[in-house]
Amino acid sequence: MKKIRPKKQNSGEEPRKKKGNSLRTKEGRQDFLKSLCYLSPSLLGVAVFFIVPFGVVVYYSMIDGVGSRNFVFLKNFIALFKNSAFLMAAGNTLRFSVLAVPLAVVLAVVLALMLECRIPLKSQFRTFFLSPMMVPVASVVLIWQVLFNYNGSVNELALLLGGGRIDWLQSDYCQWVVILLFLWKNLGYNMILFMAGLANIPRELLEVADVEGASEVYKFFAIKLRYLSPTVLFVTILSLINSFKVFREVYLLTGDYPYEKLYMLQHFMNNTFKSLDYQKLSAAAVVMAIVMVFLIALLFKAEDWFGKDVEG
Amino acid sequence: MKKKRYFGRGAMFLLCAFFAVAFLLPTVLTITNSFMSEAEINSNYGMIFSTTSGGYVSEKVNLKFIPDKVTLSQYITGLIKSPEYLLKFWNSLLLVVPIVAGQVAIASVAAYSFTRWRGKIRSGIFFFYVILMLMPYQVTLVPNYLVSDWLGILNTRWSIILPGMFAPFSVFLLTKFMRRIPYSLIEAAKVDGAGEWDIFTKICLPQCRSALYSITILVFIDYWNMVEQPLILLQDAEAQPLSVFLSSINSGEIGLAFAMATVYMIPSLLLFLHGEEYLVEGIANSGSVKG
Repeated sequence: MKKIRPKKQNSGEEPRKKKGNSLRTKEGRQDFLKSLCYLSPSLLGVAVFFIVPFGVVVYYSMIDGVGSRNFVFLKNFIALFKNSAFLMAAGNTLRFSVLAVPLAVVLAVVLALMLECRIPLKSQFRTFFLSPMMVPVASVVLIWQVLFNYNGSVNELALLLGGGRIDWLQSDYCQWVVILLFLWKNLGYNMILFMAGLANIPRELLEVADVEGASEVYKFFAIKLRYLSPTVLFVTILSLINSFKVFREVYLLTGDYPYEKLYMLQHFMNNTFKSLDYQKLSAAAVVMAIVMVFLIALLFKAEDWFGKDVEG
Repeated sequence: MKKKRYFGRGAMFLLCAFFAVAFLLPTVLTITNSFMSEAEINSNYGMIFSTTSGGYVSEKVNLKFIPDKVTLSQYITGLIKSPEYLLKFWNSLLLVVPIVAGQVAIASVAAYSFTRWRGKIRSGIFFFYVILMLMPYQVTLVPNYLVSDWLGILNTRWSIILPGMFAPFSVFLLTKFMRRIPYSLIEAAKVDGAGEWDIFTKICLPQCRSALYSITILVFIDYWNMVEQPLILLQDAEAQPLSVFLSSINSGEIGLAFAMATVYMIPSLLLFLHGEEYLVEGIANSGSVKG
C-alpha cells in the first residue's frame, strides 16, 4: 500500500527554535525559567498531591508495618499475589476489561459510521447518544435495578416471550449487565471521538476510491481504519480507564461484597482500605500503577507502529 | 442502485433511532417517574424495593413512562418540606464550583507554559501528566488520603477540592487547544513589546475561549457525579454532596429519589444543552494522546 500523507495540520504551531531549546545559552536558560514559572502552580500541586504521597505509598509497600518500619522489599507483593481475594478481583477485572473495552471501541466505530451516513435528525441522535453523561449515578442504579431485578422488567419481557426468569445480578450473567451499563455510559463519548477522527480523513482520498469503484467495505478497511488508528488506540486507553470507573455503579448496585464474578479490584481496594491494611493496600496500588503504565506504554508503541505511514 | 441506497439509509435511520431510544430511556424514565405519586411508584416497582410497608404492592413490575396522574408531590416533599436535599445540593455546589474554577485557572497557566516553551524536560513532564491523567482513581486514592491526613484536611471539603484543582485533565486538553494558536500572533505581539503575561491574557486566553468553556463543562459533569471521593475522604454525613446522598435514599422513597435526581440533573442538563457544540468540540480534541 502506498504511503498516504495527509495535509499537515496545526501548521500554526510554534516552529522549533534551535537556540531556545538549549540550557547552555542565556536565552535558553531564561526561557526555561519562564516556562517553569508558569508551570509552577500546577507542578507544585501535582507534586504535593500526587508524586510525593505516591512515593510514600511505594515506601509503605516495602515495609512490614507503619509502626515497626522494617524494610522487607518484595514480601508484601508476594503476600499480595498469594491473596485469593486479590487474585479473584484481578481476574474478574481483567475479564471485564477484556470483554468490555473491545466492545466499547467497535460499537462506537459502528455508531460513528452510522451517523456519518446522511440520515435525518443526525445532530439530535448525537445529543441522545451523549445524554447518559449527565444522568446521576443514583438514578442509573435505580433504573438498572428496575430492569434487572429478579422481578424486574427484563425478566417480565423474557416471560412474555416464553423464556424463564434469571436473577441477573446474582448469576454468571451479572458481568453482562455491568457491561451493558458501561457501554450505555461511554459509547456516546467514544463515538464523538471517532466522528472527529472520520472528519479528519482527506476527502480527496475517499473520492478517488469512489471513482475507482471501491466498495464500502474496502474503503473502510483500507482507508478509514488506517486513519482512525490513533483514535482507536486513544479510545482503547480511555475505555480501559472508564472500565475501572464502572465500580461506582457496581458498588451502589451490589454493595461491598457482590456476587463473586463482580468482585473487582476496586472492591478489594475499598475493603482493604476500610480494614486499614496499609501494606496490602500500598502494594496493590503500586501493582496497579505498574500495570497501567505498562499498558499505556504498550498502546503508545502500538500507535507509533500503526500510525507511522499515515502520520508521515 | 439509487433505490438500494435509499433503502440502506432508511435501515440506518431505524437502527439509529433504536439505539437513540435505548440511550435515552433511563434519562426519560427518571424525569417522567419523578412526577408520579409515591403510591403509584409503589404499585409499579413495589416488588423490587419490597421493604416498603403498607400501600398496594402489585405482583408485577410495571415499567411505566407516563404517570397516571401528574403530581408535584415528590418535589414538594424534597424541596419544601425538608431542607435536607437543598442543603446537599448546596454541598455539591460548594465542592464542584471551586474545583472547576481552580482547575481551569491553574490549567490555563500550565497549558500556556507547555505551549510557549518546549524542551526535553518539559515534554517529559507533559508525558507524565498524561500518565497521571490516565491513572484510575483507585491508584491515586491512597496518596490522596495520606496527603489529606498530613495536611489535616481530612473530613473537610478541601480534601476533595485541592486534589481536584490539580487534576491534570484540563492541562492536557487546554494545551492541545492552545498549540493551535498561530505562532505568528504571538510573534506579532512580541514585536509590539508585549510581555509574557500580556501575551497570555490578551492573546492566548481570548483565542481559546470556546476551549475554556468546553473544559468547564466536561470537568463540571465529571465532578458533579462523583461518588468515590466523598465516600472515602468526607466521612461527615452533613457535608456529603447530593450525588452521594441520592444513592442512600432508602427504598421506601423511590419516587423522591427520582425527583431529586431530576433536580440534580438540571445544572448539567443546562450546561449540556447550552454548550453542546463546545462539549463535542472539547471531546473531539481530546482524541489523541500525542501532540
